[in-house]
Amino acid sequence: MDRVKKLLATPWIWSFVGALLVWVAAIVFTRGYGAGGMLTAGLSLAVFMVIVGIGQMFVITLGPGNVDLSLPANIGLASAVAMKVMGGNDSMIAVGLVAALASGIAIGVANYGLIRLLRIPPIIATLSSSFIILSIDISYGRGLQIKPPPGFASFTNIQIFGLPILAILGVIFALICGIVLQRMIYGRSVLAIGQNMRAARLAGIPVERVRLITYALSGALGGVDGALLAGYFRGASVDIGNEYLLSSIAVVVIGGTSVAGGKANVPGIWGASLFLVLLLTMLNTFGVSAGVRLLLTGLIIVGVITAAGGQQVTR
Amino acid sequence: MTAASLPRAAAPVRLMNLKRLLRTVLPALSLILILLAIAWLNPRAISYFGFNLMLNLAIPIALATLAQMFVITINELDLSIGTFVGFVGCVTATWLREEPLLGIAVLAGGIAVYAGLGALIHLRNLPSIVVTLGMSFVWQGLAILTLPKPGGKAPDWLLTMMGLKPPFVPFPIIAAVLIAVVVHFGLMRSSYGAVLRGAGGNGQAIGRAGWSLLKTKIIMFGLAGVFGVLSGMALIGITTSADANIGNGYTLLSIAGVILGGGEFVGGRVSPIGAVIGALTLALAASPLLTFMHIPPDWQVGANGIILIVVLAARALLGRRGA
Repeated sequence: MDRVKKLLATPWIWSFVGALLVWVAAIVFTRGYGAGGMLTAGLSLAVFMVIVGIGQMFVITLGPGNVDLSLPANIGLASAVAMKVMGGNDSMIAVGLVAALASGIAIGVANYGLIRLLRIPPIIATLSSSFIILSIDISYGRGLQIKPPPGFASFTNIQIFGLPILAILGVIFALICGIVLQRMIYGRSVLAIGQNMRAARLAGIPVERVRLITYALSGALGGVDGALLAGYFRGASVDIGNEYLLSSIAVVVIGGTSVAGGKANVPGIWGASLFLVLLLTMLNTFGVSAGVRLLLTGLIIVGVITAAGGQQVTR
Repeated sequence: MTAASLPRAAAPVRLMNLKRLLRTVLPALSLILILLAIAWLNPRAISYFGFNLMLNLAIPIALATLAQMFVITINELDLSIGTFVGFVGCVTATWLREEPLLGIAVLAGGIAVYAGLGALIHLRNLPSIVVTLGMSFVWQGLAILTLPKPGGKAPDWLLTMMGLKPPFVPFPIIAAVLIAVVVHFGLMRSSYGAVLRGAGGNGQAIGRAGWSLLKTKIIMFGLAGVFGVLSGMALIGITTSADANIGNGYTLLSIAGVILGGGEFVGGRVSPIGAVIGALTLALAASPLLTFMHIPPDWQVGANGIILIVVLAARALLGRRGA
């Protein structure tokens, strides 16, 4: 009994419960038809949210004001870079992935440069850089729809016993990130900075280096996400990452990470991503119009966050 | 301190004051710089007609920026103002024209929801970013339900008002000055305005002094709702018809405008006049300037980003150490 109580007290369990409820509601509506397919598709789509969500989580954990608004533009540019470098050629897949990763890291480092050297608040710094990235993407991609190499496209769609390979890799990746966050010096430093930057600096944590790594990490994850998205949706486009502006922040917060910083939660990101993706799937199966779908999504997000309640003020 | 050491100390103080002064006028300075650039590239733009054309969209942007500023004053952030402006636009172009009473009721309801959000955020201690993020979906959904396809038409009185051609000074400039002055006196010069700003600077102290923090949040979010409604109506008065996505860009523009105008995210440090100037700068920088400069369309958005960075970098160089 105690164990159940303890489990119920964990902040991230509710996002999984929510995801499950939404899935059940959808199956009940279709009378069991397509239950597995819904889950498979949900898992695949959730992975893309998980990857950027984790990047966003590390950034948000750095403390109030830290957020990466350049992720959508970053994803768009990386998708174009990856597809152009791969050039539809299977032998270039690894090079393309590295190129996307490099593009993402470069964006992350540039963001940090704006924040640190020019002392621009992160929200505005990443917003302005996203405008510039968008322009680079438009002039670089030139509106061309470049197809991914066949090998890469099929890789992103592989399923093992009905489980998408991306979802399996995504879970492994989340596990690694959980260990990095809770058990490694880097992760603990991020948490410490989020709790109190001044105290962290006085304790000898290389605050600026950790912040640089965190923005670069968020950029890198955006880059990888862009490449994978282009593979999954069979082509790069400028607005491929648009929905991840709001959803990357939403999954972080619904997943139990504190927007005030210093408290992060990796499993919650998976739960929240599944919840959001399955919620959209459910509303689609109900056949509601786009307006009602948006309205309900919004009300549910507000409802969930109200029910979960805010964190107690510690300072 | 002895009398002899005083003159020596005075020099750094004077330098500090100069820096502070520069920081205060920086928003205005960047606006003037952009105007000079436009005048140099295309002298004909600096005319009654030119200003009317260039600053047309500045009024709704300025109103949305002020809405955002009220929320930023109390250390919160509103990610839903853009879609709210879009929703107001859709209501204005449909119900407000066909059934004015219903339209007014719906808009008043929107303001009430905003005020309610302030209460909810305070009572449940919720992060405003997430609540308003959720609300942005709600407003967008409602906008699509109100106006599934772009269209509708603004009420005639609104069209007449936004199309005013007063003598000598173009309407957008008069409106901007008027709005800035009204909000400046309300928020910066009134005694309750000081309490409202204090709620952002040190909420605990304001609470201990006996003021209701709940009330300050309700008022500030309510004011954001009021200015969001005004922004949406002004926008439709200019564009004449609406579209559910018409205001989406305003969320980020409004945040940028507040910061460009010298506001800060925390501490209740905002400037209504600065915010209006910031909005004007953004509106000017958004398109006319770039078209005159022959910047290729691909790079127009990017140039916007660069302008933002340059202005903010200039502010950082003037240093916060002195202040």
